[in-house]
Amino acid sequence: MQSARAFGLALSAIALSAGTVWAASGGAHIERHHWSFTGLGGQYDKAQLQRGFKVYQESCSACHGLSRLSFRNLFEAGGPEFDEAAVKSLATEWPNQIVDGPNDDGEMFERPPLASDPIRGPFANEKAARAANNGALPPDLSLIIKARTVENHSSWPLHVVQMGKDVLSGYQEAGADYVYALLNSYKGSEPDTNGMYVNAAFPGGKIAMTPPLTVDNTVAYLEDGQSAPEGMTVPPSTVAQNAEDVTAFLAWASDPSLNTRKQIGWQVMIYLLITTVLLYLGKKQIWARLKH
Amino acid sequence: MAQHESTYKPSNNFGKWMDERLPVARLVHDSFVDFPTPRNLNYLWTFGGILTFCLVAQLVTGIVLAMHYQPSADEAFNSVERIRRDVNFGWMIRNFHAVGASMFFIAVYVHIFRGLYYGSYKAPREILWILGVFIFLAMMATAFMGYALPWGQMSFWGVTVITNLFSSLDSIIPGLGTSIVQWLWGGYAVTGATLNRFFSLHYLLPFVIIGLVILHVWALHVVGQNNPTGVEPKTKADTVPMGPYAIAKDAVAMFAFLIPFAWFVFFLPDYLGHADNFTPANPLVTPPHIVPEWYFLPFYAILRAIPSKLGGVMAMFAAIAVLAFVPWLDRSRVRSTKYRPVYKWFFLLFVITCLALGYLGSKPADGIYVFWARIFTFYYFAHFILVMPFVGLLETPKKLPNSISESVLGKSGGGGGDTVPSGATASPEKR
Ligand code: HEC
Ligand code: HEM
Repeated sequence: MQSARAFGLALSAIALSAGTVWAASGGAHIERHHWSFTGLGGQYDKAQLQRGFKVYQESCSACHGLSRLSFRNLFEAGGPEFDEAAVKSLATEWPNQIVDGPNDDGEMFERPPLASDPIRGPFANEKAARAANNGALPPDLSLIIKARTVENHSSWPLHVVQMGKDVLSGYQEAGADYVYALLNSYKGSEPDTNGMYVNAAFPGGKIAMTPPLTVDNTVAYLEDGQSAPEGMTVPPSTVAQNAEDVTAFLAWASDPSLNTRKQIGWQVMIYLLITTVLLYLGKKQIWARLKH
Repeated sequence: MAQHESTYKPSNNFGKWMDERLPVARLVHDSFVDFPTPRNLNYLWTFGGILTFCLVAQLVTGIVLAMHYQPSADEAFNSVERIRRDVNFGWMIRNFHAVGASMFFIAVYVHIFRGLYYGSYKAPREILWILGVFIFLAMMATAFMGYALPWGQMSFWGVTVITNLFSSLDSIIPGLGTSIVQWLWGGYAVTGATLNRFFSLHYLLPFVIIGLVILHVWALHVVGQNNPTGVEPKTKADTVPMGPYAIAKDAVAMFAFLIPFAWFVFFLPDYLGHADNFTPANPLVTPPHIVPEWYFLPFYAILRAIPSKLGGVMAMFAAIAVLAFVPWLDRSRVRSTKYRPVYKWFFLLFVITCLALGYLGSKPADGIYVFWARIFTFYYFAHFILVMPFVGLLETPKKLPNSISESVLGKSGGGGGDTVPSGATASPEKR
């Protein structure tokens, strides 16, 4: 798929945006970010998804579930592709247990998740979640990237031109751009008197989520003294890097078939192009029998 | 046209035996192989075939989806997610169906504008055209109910807003609107009961569309196809048999159409939908902008352009209903806009109007947007009610060619308009 990817990149380059105004529903400006999975040939970066999962596990999972994903998805093809045994042992230690039952005594009980179980969040129900979060509900993150977008507030000619460019370059990453911006747009980490934090990317400018990533509180990619695995470079753990990685991970969570989808897409495109040309030549031959 | 003699010859004994009992093969041969088509058709005439493909594609993908989909308020959203994640190639089937709905509408809009440009609705094709308007209506109903099925935020609120429109009938007969709305909902609010009936109808209506399409094609085969000159075929030289000529061309167009289709399916599957529909329906949280699918936007703009609710609803339905009267609104002596130097510009303005209404339908209904929506809504109706009759009466059309073959071959090439040309159509039959 290397060549498909290079071709995709070339096409995306043609479509560089110029002077368009982007905003989340609230009105703040949202930058477009370059993602490995953007565009026609884009694919997830496995190492990034693995780092992103670590950020989710160590930071976000304290409040957010990921319940449309099962642990098994973490070792399946097209995702972070962790080692199967490692994921299974991770599942047994996952702090948020699965309620199962009733057992032979008719009692419900809690047990550690299996590979086929969903990745649950910490709260038993919405009320509990709100009670712990100043009345706000931390949404399940399994579809958050698909469920958010960035609105185009440019004047109509620019809007139309931008739509054309996006369609040609296969741009569908507005949700990722938004979440990345959200994690990077906190102003200070102190709440106001209502317990709200200032965040320019969030519609309305104030969000109930405590800044999950701050300068003094980032997720380390390597344990103390651990060195990067052979042939891999591990980026430094900054807020921006954590945010980018967890966003990529969440993008995979909401669209796990992206890798296969784009690969098959190219095969289908090539097949359709060749068939169309052949049919056209055949049609010309047939019509050539007629007098012009 | 349809009365031309059948040229079907069974090729074996079984064929002969069958032909004397149930001549399906003869029907197919006469309707889709030997059927004479004007020789000057351009690629805009391939969209009928493309639409048939779209209908079949929606049926096939839809039936597979229905095997995994659960039409209940609690499970609908989850079941669609399971289709995306856990069903083998479920994401592909689902993308084909969701993108397919949009492609179906792109094709039908091209098809309708083709008819409007070339005057294909004029006598003797009025019934053919009106059947098309009914197909369009049934498609809109199907797509509207289909969009409700994933039961996301936009599904739920789209259903709420659109069904609520009927309550405006209360201002004609108090209680009428409310009763209709409750009857549509199956209760006092949009609930799982509403979803259930929408699923039932979403499964039913495509089969109604098939029935309408059969009538549409039947009517087509009685009156024959129009063509870019709008001049009816007069001699054999004006037509070519559908097989292989028109079929070869249809095949090229169909595959070319599949390229953007597949582009969206594989590269931009969610581009044509709304992000809000990835959040499960929640009756307590209203999304900031409730917008219908892109193919409804021009009608949505018309709905909101009218200051009164009832007026808006009536204008919206009138915008579709007016299409059925086009055969009698257009007073022009010639069919094809190619030969109408004045109307041509009005037609262009009409196309711009529809695109502009589409854009405005996607914007919030305030300020400058409403102003423009009103201007364009005015022209939308004026085009049908004023331009079509009056420009038709007043304009002097350009001179029409004597025949189709004359327009294709030129005066000299075909050896004159009314001589029976030698090679042209003779060759395919002589093979
Ligand atoms: C201390 C609990 C907590 C942690 C930890 C946390 N969040 Fe949140 N998050 C919340 C709450 C509460 C909300 C709801 C905010 C609101 O509605 O004002 C939220 C909302 C969100 C939203 C939705 C914003 C929107 O547009 O509606 C996203 C995206 C999000 N969190 C991502 C993350 C990510 C990524 C992490 C980990 C890096 C994370 N959160 C860690 C509590 C938390
Ligand atoms: C005229 C043809 C049809 C049109 C225009 C149409 C349109 C649509 C639309 C717009 C959606 C919502 C897509 C989404 O956002 O998910 C949808 C969903 C659905 N349709 Fe259809 N449809 C058609 C035919 C059918 C048929 C024949 C069936 C089944 C027999 C079917 C079954 C379904 C199911 C189960 C869903 C929900 C699953 C989903 O949302 O992906 N459809 N349809």
